[in-house]
Amino acid sequence: MDATGTAAPRDETAGDEVWVLGAAMTRFGRYPDQDLIDLGAAAATAALADGGVTMADMDVLGAGNLYEAGSGVGQRLQKQIGQTGIPVYNVANACATGATAIRCVYMAIKAGEADMGLAVGFEKMGKMGLLGAKPPSGEAEAFEPSGRYGSVMSVEGRLGTTLMPGVFAQAGMEYAYENGGVGFEQFAKVAEKNHRNSTLNPLAQYRKEFSLDEIMGAPMMAYPNTVLMCCPTGDGGAAVVLVSGERLRSLSDEQRARAVRIGASVMTSDPWTEGDQVQPDVNTLTRQAASRAYEISGVDPSDLDLVELHDCFATAELIHYDNLGLCAPGEAGKFIEEGGPERDGPTPVNVSGGLISKGHPLGATGVANVYEVTTHLRGEAGDRQIPGARVGLTHVIGLGSACCVHVLEKANA
Amino acid sequence: MGRQVPIVDYLVLDDGPPHLVAGRCRGCGALYFDRRNGCARCFGTDFERVPLATEGTVRSFTIVHRAAPGVPVPYASAIVDLDGGGLVKANVVHTPADPEHVGLGMRVRLTTFPAGHDREGTEAVAFGFEPA
Repeated sequence: MDATGTAAPRDETAGDEVWVLGAAMTRFGRYPDQDLIDLGAAAATAALADGGVTMADMDVLGAGNLYEAGSGVGQRLQKQIGQTGIPVYNVANACATGATAIRCVYMAIKAGEADMGLAVGFEKMGKMGLLGAKPPSGEAEAFEPSGRYGSVMSVEGRLGTTLMPGVFAQAGMEYAYENGGVGFEQFAKVAEKNHRNSTLNPLAQYRKEFSLDEIMGAPMMAYPNTVLMCCPTGDGGAAVVLVSGERLRSLSDEQRARAVRIGASVMTSDPWTEGDQVQPDVNTLTRQAASRAYEISGVDPSDLDLVELHDCFATAELIHYDNLGLCAPGEAGKFIEEGGPERDGPTPVNVSGGLISKGHPLGATGVANVYEVTTHLRGEAGDRQIPGARVGLTHVIGLGSACCVHVLEKANA
Repeated sequence: MGRQVPIVDYLVLDDGPPHLVAGRCRGCGALYFDRRNGCARCFGTDFERVPLATEGTVRSFTIVHRAAPGVPVPYASAIVDLDGGGLVKANVVHTPADPEHVGLGMRVRLTTFPAGHDREGTEAVAFGFEPA
């Protein structure tokens, strides 16, 4: 920081930095006529074209997918778009899968093993309904304790819930327990904002606005999350091309002007906390990732022009305002009440519509949010552009847990 | 009465009033319900079995309306802070499953309920928490 408090412009292309050169995503939705590889190929080829490069320029491929993990999705993809013999890292890391694919490419470039790489996140879920809800297996012959808890039957629904809407409802309600000013209405306002934001995003799965009453009156999934406060299942792909600062120097003026610097790329898992093994603690690992990302990048939360965070459920977004330091500690309820995360607020959150309205094909999300912030930093976000955006942050969380935070910065002229 | 088995082995039915037990790490005091390979906090491998309190406070809850097939809805899932240590997830029972009857900070006590029979007639017993 210099004496005026603004960050001094760094050398535009410091050799050891990593940049986003190309980025693309398919519109998320339901595509019965496209298979997983179609979705990945569409995103990958668009990202390559966006960056003005081809598969021949890629030194590494990171391929993120959950539902077909173990099937060699990266190799299946490159057999459709270009087989050049590069190393392929197939990654699965719950909902942080896409960001993990980015991390693989990022690390390869930082390690000096690649100048340029492609990270793709893609998922085909269709209309899956409630994830993880298995039907009962019928009456047992004789109860036999099994597993690490010595259980004689499924405990789901009998000893609380581990299904997603309930887990994230519990996470939000725990924040309400610890802090004032948070209730059903504050959580619902998150969803109202994201649905409204999505009407400006042609790539969102849903683009419909709902009133607060409609959101609170919608069918309840797990209080306080109604169905309009839950992300949908769906299909989609997103991809980014990353390049080293050194290699970027040799590219065209247009490529250099549109490149976006990765100020920080951080991953964490859940450290031991009391209760984490009973109800997933999505707070501590997010706080640690964000804190590290702010430290590495030299960016303060108040510098952020936009944030794309992991709103798998409306209750999740609200607690992440606090976890990411977007609001004062304990004041996430006040933050949404005062319009803090609105498009015209101090820190626009999920102007894409978020997972709730843009969609959440699991493996794609962690790349799609980087696409979104990149697009705004390039001034190319059309109707939903945050004017003058220079710095943004992306955040994903996968239960288990894994968290990835990226800080992205517009190149200084 | 026919044979009863607890739904999970950290619910004890045959040693005084029903209560939960946990494995406590002798190195750092962390509590666990599952069979352990080691302590996730201090990496220790020495555990002792300790009983947990039967009363506590609801630190979080949700009312589940859409569940796996075969699970009656709505039901209240809660995270309970047990007096003296330990966090456990269970249903809040013996009160309507709605936000008017289940609340943050509510005091609760352990209770048990039947969870089904096997073909030999043995009854599985589950635990939950009821308003105290």
